[in-house]
Amino acid sequence: MSWKRSLIASLFALPILALLAFGTTRDPRIITSPLPGHAAPAFALAVFSYPTDAPSPQAAQAMRDTVRLDSLKGKVVVLNFWASWCLACRDEHAALSAAATALRGDDVRFYGVLYQDVPENGREWIARMGGQTYEGLYDPKTRTAIDYGLYGVPETFFIGRDGRVRYKHVGAVTTQVVMDTVRALLADKVK
Amino acid sequence: MSRAFGLAVLSLAFALVLATQPVRAQGAPTSGNSGQTSGVSRLDDSVRKLSSELRCPVCQGESIQESPADLAKEMRRVVRDQLAAGRSTEEVKAYFVSKYGEWILLEPKARGVNLTVYLLPFLMLIGGAVLILYSVRRWTHPRTGSVPDSPAP
Repeated sequence: MSWKRSLIASLFALPILALLAFGTTRDPRIITSPLPGHAAPAFALAVFSYPTDAPSPQAAQAMRDTVRLDSLKGKVVVLNFWASWCLACRDEHAALSAAATALRGDDVRFYGVLYQDVPENGREWIARMGGQTYEGLYDPKTRTAIDYGLYGVPETFFIGRDGRVRYKHVGAVTTQVVMDTVRALLADKVK
Repeated sequence: MSRAFGLAVLSLAFALVLATQPVRAQGAPTSGNSGQTSGVSRLDDSVRKLSSELRCPVCQGESIQESPADLAKEMRRVVRDQLAAGRSTEEVKAYFVSKYGEWILLEPKARGVNLTVYLLPFLMLIGGAVLILYSVRRWTHPRTGSVPDSPAP
């Protein structure tokens, strides 16, 4: 009789325990982005800051006013969302700038999209951080950020030559992550 | 026996009514103040209704309708713009799901693993009712209930 009872009790208890155990392996705050593998949402954003170490004034001139994703087909694009009020963005800034400098001349473009912030603060922040080797873009109504399913900064999207989001990095990136990912994407054949 | 069964069915039905009640009560305040029927207020209403079904990515436990976060505010504007442009509620939802995943829906879609959430309460209710029925039978017929269980030689 008692072994029957314990059997019935464990029949109920075990699935519940298993469910709870499974729950501890998952972090509900992590939102898995559905974007990787899909076409990167198009954007046309105004440039609010030019590379502070532009090799020639012509290079800065060539990227005037608005950057459109459509016009970057065939290139690898690193899209980093950041804000001057974001602490983790300070940690990754040097890594991104270094990677952008190291990969200059390759078929890759780096852009920093300002998230829920004003260009003045962004420019001031860049100056305080000792410059930035790529363009800063302004997303005034957060529409591009929402298009990319953003929920915080920093988040970095790596877009392949085919215009698809290939990888999303949440939190501060390291030079290693950026270099490895971009090199892998550059190695892809142009479709 | 049949009276006890009838009682159990009745209490189950009553429990079901109670279980579905709060859902309706929750939905009421958002659409409650829709006195006017002008186009603007109708848009306001559908923006509010849809916004309360979408989860805020910053606060996570709240809908973008309730959340004071800037991102939620911008997302409400996106909802408004898309509805005003003639998109249907389902199309706007699909837009957000394509960006944030199904996570963005406060109420998960009733399919696949999600079905557990919808079916489990009812299964537990039925299980509870059966348990009560069984216990009541044992309590009301203590002697006669235990004798037939053990086959008398």
